[in-house]
Amino acid sequence: MPVSRIRALFVAAVAMGVLTGCDQSGSTPPATSGAAPASTPANLGTNTPAATGGDTPAGTTLTSGEPGEAAPVHGDTILVGHFASMTGKEATFGQSTDNGIRLALKEINDQGGLNGKKLEVITYDDKGDSKEAGTAVTRLITSDHVVAVLGEVASSLSLAGGSVCEQYGVPMISPSSTNPSVTRGKEMVFRVCFIDPFQAAAISQFITDNLKLTKAAILYDQTQAYSKGLRDDFTKAFTAAGGTVVADQAYSGGDADFSAQLTTIKAASPEIIFVPGYYTEGGNIAIQARKLGITVPLIGGDGWDSSQLGAIGGAAIEGSYYSNHSAPDQPNMTEFVSKYRAAYDGQTPDALGGLGYDAMMVLFDAMKRAPSLSGKDLAQAIAQTKDFHGVTGNITIDKDHNAQKGVVIVQMTNGKPVFAAAVDPSAKK
Amino acid sequence: MDGVAVGSLYALIALGYTMVYGILQFINFAHGDVFVLGAWVSFAAAGAVGLSVGDQTAVPAWLVWLLGAVSAGALAAALYEFVLRPRLGAGRPPATRLTWPLAGVSVVGWGTLLLLVATRGVVAGGSHTIAGGMILVLAMSTCGLVGFCLERLAYKPLRSAPRLNVLITAIGVSLLLQNLGQLEWMFGTRPDRMPTLVPDTVLFRIGHVPVRLVDVMVVATALVLMVLLDWLVFRTKMGRAMRAVSFSPTNAALMGVDVDKVISFTFVLGSVLAAAAGFLYGQKYPGLNQTAAAGWVLLGLKAFVAAVIGGIGNIRGAMLGGLLIGLLEFFAVQYVPEGASLRDIFVFGALILVLLVRPSGVLGKAVTEKV
Repeated sequence: MPVSRIRALFVAAVAMGVLTGCDQSGSTPPATSGAAPASTPANLGTNTPAATGGDTPAGTTLTSGEPGEAAPVHGDTILVGHFASMTGKEATFGQSTDNGIRLALKEINDQGGLNGKKLEVITYDDKGDSKEAGTAVTRLITSDHVVAVLGEVASSLSLAGGSVCEQYGVPMISPSSTNPSVTRGKEMVFRVCFIDPFQAAAISQFITDNLKLTKAAILYDQTQAYSKGLRDDFTKAFTAAGGTVVADQAYSGGDADFSAQLTTIKAASPEIIFVPGYYTEGGNIAIQARKLGITVPLIGGDGWDSSQLGAIGGAAIEGSYYSNHSAPDQPNMTEFVSKYRAAYDGQTPDALGGLGYDAMMVLFDAMKRAPSLSGKDLAQAIAQTKDFHGVTGNITIDKDHNAQKGVVIVQMTNGKPVFAAAVDPSAKK
Repeated sequence: MDGVAVGSLYALIALGYTMVYGILQFINFAHGDVFVLGAWVSFAAAGAVGLSVGDQTAVPAWLVWLLGAVSAGALAAALYEFVLRPRLGAGRPPATRLTWPLAGVSVVGWGTLLLLVATRGVVAGGSHTIAGGMILVLAMSTCGLVGFCLERLAYKPLRSAPRLNVLITAIGVSLLLQNLGQLEWMFGTRPDRMPTLVPDTVLFRIGHVPVRLVDVMVVATALVLMVLLDWLVFRTKMGRAMRAVSFSPTNAALMGVDVDKVISFTFVLGSVLAAAAGFLYGQKYPGLNQTAAAGWVLLGLKAFVAAVIGGIGNIRGAMLGGLLIGLLEFFAVQYVPEGASLRDIFVFGALILVLLVRPSGVLGKAVTEKV
């Protein structure tokens, strides 16, 4: 099977006159390519053994290669890759997203797939580690030959995976990475969510306009690009709106003790504390803040979105807010929520489940419109997505490959996030 | 106060590193994972008696109790055999190979019944502190059993192999424990909330520093365990055997010490202490990360640093090192400007300093007896 697949690929590649070579490196040693036409461009032979993902041969710039071209040729299924933190500290992120993707996949296949071909999703675990993320994406592209890649939630990991996709010319849709650099300057990387400056502006607007507060403290994770970005953007937006950041403290992801930072924050007597981290720390910080006698609410970003936030934070997190892509009690979510509950024994989806679902659906929508499933055509089709009715809102991909959507602020009530306000900072200006 | 509490936890974990190093001259990298296991077994046990606030682990309640009771029995039998019997004198019935399992089984039966009934009743009665004590015992005994199995299955076959092989095996065991813990039918990959068993009240204040019940409990439990250990090592026959093996396994064997038994005992002891630390840590910081989280690894490393700073192989050194590290970390974070963002630098900086100035550790030479 491998040999015939390679022949088919070579013929296609030669016909195109261009190739990346990297595409096959994962699965086939060059020796098996003896039957290939002599006219095969020389760079194939040299690339194949060497291309482990680290080097970037000339042929891999995105204007050229259509490695995706050959991918759907084999079998009756179209393969889509997904890399996610299925285990590790942010495991609920990956699991929810994967659940959402697979729910969408099931619906797509139940309706007959794409032109009679079923779609299949291969999920690899990156353990929340950026090195593993790069490896997982390289493996998806070079050895499984996926036509497109979905993932990641954490921006640091999407950055790692995105550069691999960029190198091999395979389109990637991140369901929920919000750091601007994830898609900046990338031809192949898209997302179906808003970006952090927008989110930070929404949080700031919510604090100043809805809650009418002016003194905020920040406690951010210095090891996460996501957290640092939100903190910077929030500081800018909040100061511009007339607020004051009275304390600015940092911690490192995985820390368990925040008492020193919280003591400093308490001394500055803020009216609200902005904690742009992930849910595990969000819960722990809430517990310790209450212990120290801090009674003001906390507000987080979409990194707080997990069913475990209420479980970990318990009573301490009650009444705190976080910004999110959607709330399960929003009207347009009800259908999705009931479908999700039916599929995953009664679990209520977090926003990540919805975004995973939307990412898959946007990809499928682009597949239907694209003239072929080559990386370039598919990327173009994704870029043209306009007013797509997703469960997390209407999705239009803008020129920077970001989705333009509103922000929802939820409040923790009885251990569950409840819709508090919809904020759209772009509408204000 | 936080520093003292966390420091005593570091000390408890460091003891396990140091004892194993003292006897086998190898660093048991899986020790930190036994500590994590202790925290999660406590969580599972708390869930089994209906205390859990978040979602439960997939481990069924009866299994937790069965495992706990079996290991509690084994631990009790081992303590009787090695510690009590030699002190009680020849008149006491010898726990021979035949009575050994018998004793174990009977203790198991009674242990299960007692633990179950008592804890259920206690939970209903609202006294979580007693339930906490029972969960602590259960976690300790389960991890003791795990420690015993690890030594027998992973390290004993390598007793005569080069030390590097054992070291690599230890890393392998560590990865195995981390990933086993993540399985859905074990503890899963979600972080969870350890139920609060010790009421979180401020007892009194020293200056403006509040002293919390939880910290007092942590320090007190750790101290009691350390005093017990000190007594065990320096005052009992088994302790003498441990010190003898640490001094020279060959000579100890020639003097009639059962080296294998001593090594097993050391592993069990270390694991039991680590489990206690795991339980106490869960009480102090109730948000439990899943078993392979980087934060856990770092904690294990810091405890190891404590062992080295105190003088590796030296029991009292490990206790002192743990406290020093804990205090250093918390004071630095509080009083050095921007200290919170440099938290780990202080600890590892101290390690470098100690290695440069006094490579054998603070107490490395002052006390010559090693275990």
